[in-house]
Amino acid sequence: MFPTPIEKSSRSWQLTYQALLPVALVLWLLPLLAVAVFSIKPDADFTTGNYWGLPTSIEFATNYGKVFFASDMPRYLLNSVMITVPTVIGCVVLSSMTGFALGVYKFRSNLWIFFMFVAGNFVPFQILMVPVRDLTLDMGLYNTKAGLVFFHIAFQTGFCTLFMRNFIKALPFDLIEVARVEGVAEWRIFWYVVLPLMKPALAAMAVLIFTFIWNDFFWAIVLTQGAESQPVTAGITSFNAQYRAAYHLMSAGSIVAALPPVAMFFLMQKHFIAGLTLGAVK
Amino acid sequence: MSSTTEATTKNSWYKRNEIAATPWLFLIPGVAMFLLYVIFPIFQSINVSFYEWDGLGEAEWVGLGNYEELYWDDAFYVSLRNNLIWLVLYLLAIPAGLFIALFLNQTVTGIRLYKSLFFFPFVISQVVVGLVFTWFYDPTFGLLNQFLGVFGIDPINVLGDERYVTYGIIAAGIWPQTAYCMILYLTGLNAVDPEQIEAARLDGAKGWKMLWHIIVPQLKPATFIAFVVTIIGALRSFDLISIMTNGGPFGESRVLSFYMFEVALSEYGFRMGYGASIAVVLFLIMLCFITYFLWSMYKDEKGGR
Repeated sequence: MFPTPIEKSSRSWQLTYQALLPVALVLWLLPLLAVAVFSIKPDADFTTGNYWGLPTSIEFATNYGKVFFASDMPRYLLNSVMITVPTVIGCVVLSSMTGFALGVYKFRSNLWIFFMFVAGNFVPFQILMVPVRDLTLDMGLYNTKAGLVFFHIAFQTGFCTLFMRNFIKALPFDLIEVARVEGVAEWRIFWYVVLPLMKPALAAMAVLIFTFIWNDFFWAIVLTQGAESQPVTAGITSFNAQYRAAYHLMSAGSIVAALPPVAMFFLMQKHFIAGLTLGAVK
Repeated sequence: MSSTTEATTKNSWYKRNEIAATPWLFLIPGVAMFLLYVIFPIFQSINVSFYEWDGLGEAEWVGLGNYEELYWDDAFYVSLRNNLIWLVLYLLAIPAGLFIALFLNQTVTGIRLYKSLFFFPFVISQVVVGLVFTWFYDPTFGLLNQFLGVFGIDPINVLGDERYVTYGIIAAGIWPQTAYCMILYLTGLNAVDPEQIEAARLDGAKGWKMLWHIIVPQLKPATFIAFVVTIIGALRSFDLISIMTNGGPFGESRVLSFYMFEVALSEYGFRMGYGASIAVVLFLIMLCFITYFLWSMYKDEKGGR
């Protein structure tokens, strides 16, 4: 372990370290803590210039109540859910299939198809913008949640294929050989042998994609407009225009918008990190 | 031929070619979607970049006209310069992430919670990060200026000053990126070989020497991934600029990805062709990194099964 384990160092350094941890954390999260405090302050605090002091009263219920009952926020949140959930499902389905095909079978163009997925996944969004917008318009899906979902599924399949293929490739190949010798059909091998083993990878991928899609802003503004179908990231900006100087409402709204991926992260932490660090440990 | 025999021949064809046919059946939906939404659009964009087109009417062939116009466009060079600044400064997230990872790589009570809380900035949307930092920089009430005021420094309007604006936005972007690199390194540190550290300790290595000669080489896979995601993050930077300054003041905080969007899809006019030519330039820059990444993956693959 590096650096030297703290238990082996002097008592005074141990105490310093213990004291440094919370200080470092507060400094690191200062911007977020400020927003959290903003979100429970009364409006009056901002008009009287009490920005960074303690709140004069705690208006948690009022502020968050307004966000939920007197704004478009719930609608944006619902849109985000209706965009994110189908995308995650679509990506999981498509990429477990492509990952299986590329990870298990040997055929001549295998590596090329794999590289196509990997390379496409790193492409800057801007080069896709004009054609994808046209395609979505042509299909009559502009300004619909479905239009966003289709694009997200297609694009994220690149990343997910990279992920699934590497995962499947690391499985013991004997399992598949044995099943083949037994005469099990190939699709049954996928369904009964490989798929159950992919569960941890599927979970990791699902939380990651959830976060990516929930937080997407670029495609939301390129492919949709208005509260009808926009997700919460785009919603928060129109919220911003609506409540320009209402920092307490903006803060409450931002926290509500940020919460689902945060909750996802805490619930599925192990999987989340496994997904992010794919390939970082060998 | 009756339908039953047809079914059996079909079935037996599949049976005979099962191992050759299955991968293709599994690939078709994913590959089709990816070609339609990612691969073809790249070529369509390259094609569009040779036209003058408002997105609705007739497209007019202008050959390299858009690129020629780019050559004389000052805003393009500002964006390109800012992209380079982003690239260089964003890489600071890698050593910063390593530093925090080393700081947190201890086993004291509650450290797991600390590690996850430090990771927080990466999980929340860049839109929210952008809003938060806009308030942080606010010249009248922002925390930054309150802090500077303590030292008797006059308020700085970070986002309104063309000298500071890009750096101010990058600082906001480095924050979540550092958290990402930190997680990569924390995982990497878990896999560092303790025997090598012990051996190096016996040889009298410690501190920087230990870090540089023993630890960092073993963290190479983590560094590689951190490098890839940071470069891509830097070149994709869009959300923060759009939220924090909308490219201003006077377009000084634009980068290529933002300028492209502005040209093609904003009140500046719908110049799809010109926008596409900017996107092609950005794509070519990214292509250098993608090629390098694929090349090193290819080297890895040759060793595999």
